[in-house]
Amino acid sequence: MRHSPATTAPNPATHSYLRSNPVKALATLLLLTLLTSCGGGENNVSTGNRSGTLHWGNGTEPQSLDPHIATGVPEHKIIVALMEGLVLKDSKTLEPRPGVASSWDISEDGRVYTFYLRNNARWSNGDPHNAHDYVWSWWRALQPALGNLYAYMYFPIANAKEYYEGDISDFEQVGVKALDDLTLQVTLNNPTPYFLQLLDHYSLYPVHRATIEKFGDADQRGTRWTYEGNIVGNGPFQLSEWKINRRVVVERNPHYWDADSIKLNKIIFYPIENAVTVERMFRAGQLHYSGTVPADKIATYRERNDPALHIAPYLGVYFYRINTRVPQLQDKRVRRALGMTINRDKISQRILKGGQIPAYTITPPGTMGYHPKSDLAFNPEAARQLLADAGYPNGEGFPTTEILYNTSEGHRKIAVAIQQMWKKHLNIDVKLLNQEWKVYLNSVTSLDYEIGRAGWIGDYVDPNNFLDMFLCNGGNNRTGWCNPEYDQLILRSAPEAKTHAERLAIFNRAETMLLEDMPVIPIYIYTSNNLVNSSVKNFNDNILNQPSFKEMYLEADITDAGEKN
Amino acid sequence: MWRFALNRLLQAIPVLLIVISATFMLVHSAPGGPFSADKAVPPEVIKALEAQYNLDQPLWKQYISYLGDVVQGDFGPSFKYSGRTVNELIAAGIPATAELALYAMMVALIIGVSAGVAAAMRPNTLQDYVPMSAAMLGICMPSFLLGPLLVLIFGIYLEWLPVSGWGDMPGDKIMPSITLGTGYAAYIARLSRGGMLEVLSQDYIRTARAKGLSEPLIIFKHAMRGGLIPVVAFLGPAFAGLLGGSFVVETIFQIPGLGRFYVQAAFNRDYTMILGMTIFFATLIILFNLLSDMLAIWLDPKLRQQARGNN
Repeated sequence: MRHSPATTAPNPATHSYLRSNPVKALATLLLLTLLTSCGGGENNVSTGNRSGTLHWGNGTEPQSLDPHIATGVPEHKIIVALMEGLVLKDSKTLEPRPGVASSWDISEDGRVYTFYLRNNARWSNGDPHNAHDYVWSWWRALQPALGNLYAYMYFPIANAKEYYEGDISDFEQVGVKALDDLTLQVTLNNPTPYFLQLLDHYSLYPVHRATIEKFGDADQRGTRWTYEGNIVGNGPFQLSEWKINRRVVVERNPHYWDADSIKLNKIIFYPIENAVTVERMFRAGQLHYSGTVPADKIATYRERNDPALHIAPYLGVYFYRINTRVPQLQDKRVRRALGMTINRDKISQRILKGGQIPAYTITPPGTMGYHPKSDLAFNPEAARQLLADAGYPNGEGFPTTEILYNTSEGHRKIAVAIQQMWKKHLNIDVKLLNQEWKVYLNSVTSLDYEIGRAGWIGDYVDPNNFLDMFLCNGGNNRTGWCNPEYDQLILRSAPEAKTHAERLAIFNRAETMLLEDMPVIPIYIYTSNNLVNSSVKNFNDNILNQPSFKEMYLEADITDAGEKN
Repeated sequence: MWRFALNRLLQAIPVLLIVISATFMLVHSAPGGPFSADKAVPPEVIKALEAQYNLDQPLWKQYISYLGDVVQGDFGPSFKYSGRTVNELIAAGIPATAELALYAMMVALIIGVSAGVAAAMRPNTLQDYVPMSAAMLGICMPSFLLGPLLVLIFGIYLEWLPVSGWGDMPGDKIMPSITLGTGYAAYIARLSRGGMLEVLSQDYIRTARAKGLSEPLIIFKHAMRGGLIPVVAFLGPAFAGLLGGSFVVETIFQIPGLGRFYVQAAFNRDYTMILGMTIFFATLIILFNLLSDMLAIWLDPKLRQQARGNN
């Protein structure tokens, strides 16, 4: 076949065109991509409502999905979808409900728990799930090399602390035994009323041994067992996709013992750190849920009475630590005076605006029926007297003192308000110092500060979780305050209490002691602020701000089929 | 030209070594470690973690072993993201960041060059003042202001474009590209105006005019080739800047790119991550500078002569 001259002869015009062509072609292609990707689309909420897909704004990229390594809130939310403990919590009342264990007995003395596991409990790969899994998993969680920051959650179990700290080396001596495939017996050091709650904390969740051993040693950190395609769990959902910084997708686990009651088909967790971005995405119908609301937006939602905004008390306290080794702060009268001149109502109403509750105790009131009495109140008159008694009449001679906080606009506002209150009521000068998070942690831990802002979120609902912070050698004490009598109450008396009421009374005595000496100034009780689309049903607020994906379902309202909130 | 490139690449080795050493020293001397946390970490856990990541070794030993790994292209495990390697995290972030940088660059070039050229064609008239004032505004307008502003208008009120995401929904790439590109468009406008003005006063342009060539032909064929050399020289550093500086835009629009990792790594004291990202960006900057210099040489006969003379 003859080629036509037109296609074979070199043509100067074509030649010069070709030289510039690649650039033009690329530019045209890119432009086309941009343009064709243009156009309207249905939002996530409406498509999700139809397909049973929950779009969940989840804070940050999860650092790990290993329940014995993870520590953060975003990780927690994903892990509770993938795994389950012996016991669950009721999403409204937080009362214990059967999880993997269908029932349990507690011995007379409250120290021995016997759990009866479901015979239909399965891992997400179909493997049977039994009592031996717990013994192995808890052994793993207590290996120091694993670096489990929540190992202390195991310490109510007999000999767990001793094993973890290397005092004993035989795990047989630790109070956990599989009596048979479906019966697990746990022996505690002392009767621990909150023990059942701990079982619903992810640090006590079981892990799938064969999977972990396939990807490394049991006590090895950072193996790939939790990745997409590898992880095996026992929860209502299983991991189907994990794209870094983009999304984590979980889908129904057909092997879950209660699979029939699960209504959601899929949950997509988005790692969105920026509070403004996440709120905007929520408003645009790209998310069903956001766990953060920018502080200045809360007021707008509240004014509109927007039902999307859920504000509920949260088991956490915002407080100031006082370094009791700083000369002018060694006198407890000075510390009391500082505590008595903070107008907490004003801070809550004028600065925070999110329904936060003024705090006069370190333990949030109502924790397991605990309503501590507190003699702390806003009383500038008495405070001035105390300061005068301590040798600083009308604040004279009181050295300039520094409030340290980690860099954040919210903390700054509160510190400024307190600075003014102390100036006004006590006539003392206060400087503000902000430090970046890790620097701040370093300063507080090494007692290199005078007054420092702090916060504590409870892991379980019990006063013990707040009060054992201030034991003499407590790692979270960080105030230099030490009272052996206080330690005695928390460590000896409370665990030996015969009744719940007696136990609470002991905690109250300890708390009163703490408030009298005031190494810490409680400021407010946190609230959880969530934005929840009206199509999300069975979303229950609770003081742990812990969602139950098992119960949630989606149902578009007829009026606003997934439209903007 | 190739000797020039080789020469520059060899010079890059000591530069990178200095970057690595300085960053290594800085991250290790910053207060607070990668494992400090709000809740007290038991000393035995800290010990176990430090042993796992070789942090229990003397600093010089850590430095030597780190250099050894880097030479083999291994940036080590991330401290923060348990089980992820730095290489893996960088690789996960590159596609989005590179794509964003590319589109932003296109936006910058299209807007910048047309504004600059238009301004240069009628200097000191309205056709000059309007685009140049706009360029000034573009330089001054930070992306953390422009981004939310665009979102508010086109995302929330008009509902034309998605408010965030990257490749999840149609049109979600438009606003981030414009937000990131605008600042650079402004620079490019000023650079191309300057370059074009200089070229348009040259003799060969007067010759072209005298020959009776049409104005578009003069501008696009004769003047732009020389007039845009300053822009080309700017492209290399600009592209590196776009890749490394997209943190704000990535945060506003929830784009799974590199910028967010970089900033988070610094906050978290994720030593290997900070180092890996720094080395990665330093290498990119060196490479893009080299590329844009080579492009400028290719475009400009004067520079070509110089490069030949120097080598």
